[in-house]
Amino acid sequence: MVLSMIDLTTLEGMDTAGKVRQLCYKARHLHDAVPGLPTVAAVCVYPNFVELAKSEVKDTGIKVASVATAFPSGNSSLPIKLEDVRMAVDDGADEIDMVISRGRFHRGDLQYVFDEISAVKEACRHARLKVILETGELGTFDKVRKASDIAIAAGADFIKTSTGKIKPAATMPVTLVMLEAIRDHYVKTGQMVGMKPAGGISSAKLALHYLVMVKETLGVAWLSNHWFRFGASSLANDVLMQIVKQETGIYQSSDYFSID
Amino acid sequence: MNETTPPSAAANSWDWDPAPESADHIQLNDQYDLFIGGEFVPSAEGRTFETINPATEEPLAKITEATSLDVDHAVSAARVGYEKYWSRLSGTERGKYIFRIARMIQERSRELAVIESMDGGKPIRESRDIDLPLAAAHFFYYAGWSDKLPYAFPNRVTSPLGVAGQIIPWNFPLLMAAWKIAPALACGNTVVLKPAETTSLTAMKLAEIIQEADLPPGVVNIVTGHGQVGAELVNHAGVDKIAFTGSTKVGKEIQHAIAGSAKRSTLELGGKAANIVFADASIDQAVEGIVNGIYFNQGHVCCAGSRLLVEESVQEEVISKLKHRMKSLQVGDPLDKNTDIGAINSQKQLATIRNYIEIGKQEGADFFAPECDLPEKGFWCRPSLFCEVAQSSQIAQEEIFGPVLAVQTFRTVAEVIKKANNTPYGLSAGVWTDKGSKIFNLTSQMRAGVVWANTYNKFDPTSPFGGYKESGFGREGGLHGLAAYRNLD
Repeated sequence: MVLSMIDLTTLEGMDTAGKVRQLCYKARHLHDAVPGLPTVAAVCVYPNFVELAKSEVKDTGIKVASVATAFPSGNSSLPIKLEDVRMAVDDGADEIDMVISRGRFHRGDLQYVFDEISAVKEACRHARLKVILETGELGTFDKVRKASDIAIAAGADFIKTSTGKIKPAATMPVTLVMLEAIRDHYVKTGQMVGMKPAGGISSAKLALHYLVMVKETLGVAWLSNHWFRFGASSLANDVLMQIVKQETGIYQSSDYFSID
Repeated sequence: MNETTPPSAAANSWDWDPAPESADHIQLNDQYDLFIGGEFVPSAEGRTFETINPATEEPLAKITEATSLDVDHAVSAARVGYEKYWSRLSGTERGKYIFRIARMIQERSRELAVIESMDGGKPIRESRDIDLPLAAAHFFYYAGWSDKLPYAFPNRVTSPLGVAGQIIPWNFPLLMAAWKIAPALACGNTVVLKPAETTSLTAMKLAEIIQEADLPPGVVNIVTGHGQVGAELVNHAGVDKIAFTGSTKVGKEIQHAIAGSAKRSTLELGGKAANIVFADASIDQAVEGIVNGIYFNQGHVCCAGSRLLVEESVQEEVISKLKHRMKSLQVGDPLDKNTDIGAINSQKQLATIRNYIEIGKQEGADFFAPECDLPEKGFWCRPSLFCEVAQSSQIAQEEIFGPVLAVQTFRTVAEVIKKANNTPYGLSAGVWTDKGSKIFNLTSQMRAGVVWANTYNKFDPTSPFGGYKESGFGREGGLHGLAAYRNLD
């Protein structure tokens, strides 16, 4: 289950077509030594690699997610951000991971943050929108909760903790606050919103803690990659290692698991 | 607001697997004698009774029923220990012994935690993470005071009281022993301790530790048995002080018994704490606090937040979230590391709790308890909730000492203060609000010994604990706890 919830990610300045191809291959072939494994949920790339990634994962069911809106800082004008989103969607992105304008949020310009998310949502058309709050820059749980509520109200399909560029990234307490926002929204409206903790979840054991938290806060309906994702590339190999250990009774060297 | 969770076919695959703490390493004697004068000695009459595991109803060991002669021996041994050894030692030397006990409790904490859960029914998570670390911390804390008493009472000449008779309850057996013994020893007194009849095992293990720590004979004596043994101790002329933790009814009997004597006393009795949730509180955090307040240790907590007072505007939200949370509580084997709510301590207590639940239903309150499987054997009670409870109903007035919460609502600050104080008890209270000024307004008007703000059931050896009104008098813990074991004139 954990494997099928992972968004494999490469978001570096030095990304190349080759790197993206490798990532997509890993997404399809997590660990061929163990037959019958699922694929990951999605690969997550910068907008200029969407077209390539889309062709690499064609007919596999793996989604292509693209970061957009001047990721990771979000410091640009709205028209440029919307163009960024449109380009990714036109190139075939199934999902858009946007960042909120943290500066505006801290200044108290909540209406701007809300309007921006709504505009991006509209630009997404059929693509599902993940809204990255970048909780490491928000500072308090109260602010995380407020940002979650704004994102949900503005139409987010997923809310996501972090870009992975700022520490701390996802933590259990921050994730719980966001899950509670989702739960309260569901109880009020009956509408489900997805959750994606990203960054810092690198072990199978920790992933299990997150899943238990999701199950206890939101219920079993959220336990599928349609409503829950891990933004954690290094998690995949630890899960694979645990699966192999379960089957063979022995831990294998990490050298047996391909790094990407 | 509905408390619905979307259904799913995958629901069953998420059951908790058993994760029991091993009890293989536990060695219990078939029978435990009394601990008098540094030795384990059989009772003069040789009567014993069985202590059982409340989760399985299986016997664990035989415990000695002390007679009045045994109590007399114990008090004499404590007197000799006081005159001959303990009162002649410097504070530094006393401290060394107490530090040693603290360290040995830490070293044997896993064993002690497992025994505590087997004998008392509390979840291993609690005995391991709360009872044991706190018990050791109390010994460490008061060991530190032993040679610093002049700083605790500056410009005053103080002296130890002599022999202290200490009677402790079954809800936190080892922790209460630590609360009692540590400050008494630090202040230069010797003690005769009487544990509760259903939970004597960890006290006897503590006796082993004390023997191994090589404390001078008679400094700590432990006599086991039923209420009668406690009464013998209270009435014994050789005892200078009584420290009791238990029910208000017995507390009153003790005060009656020692009236007119020179005996000092501190009593830590029952409670019916108000846990107050304002609309501006962080509701999810408050719900966790409510659960911790009433379902911690099966509700066998004198300071349990057994009355929930919710501001009317958030009642619906709080109750629906609380019910949702209650459904995820794991009730069952105390030795399972996933268990939140263990076994009720005794059949007798279970009957008391069930009786109150019946009363609540008859009084017309709205009852809720989550569906969950309970083991066939043993004493179990689901976490329970009564909504729409009136201030005048019995379940809002009397201490139930079980996992049963009475929920009431309020509209104004003045009203909630009045309601919270409208009880013969006054041990503790909880306040949940984001507004600091509200907290201070409330705490200054609350007639309760401990008021927690945005948390509940937090304990620390440096912090005094004790009650107002019929919750008793005297303080345990902190600097204040020393005053209960020294003559201050």
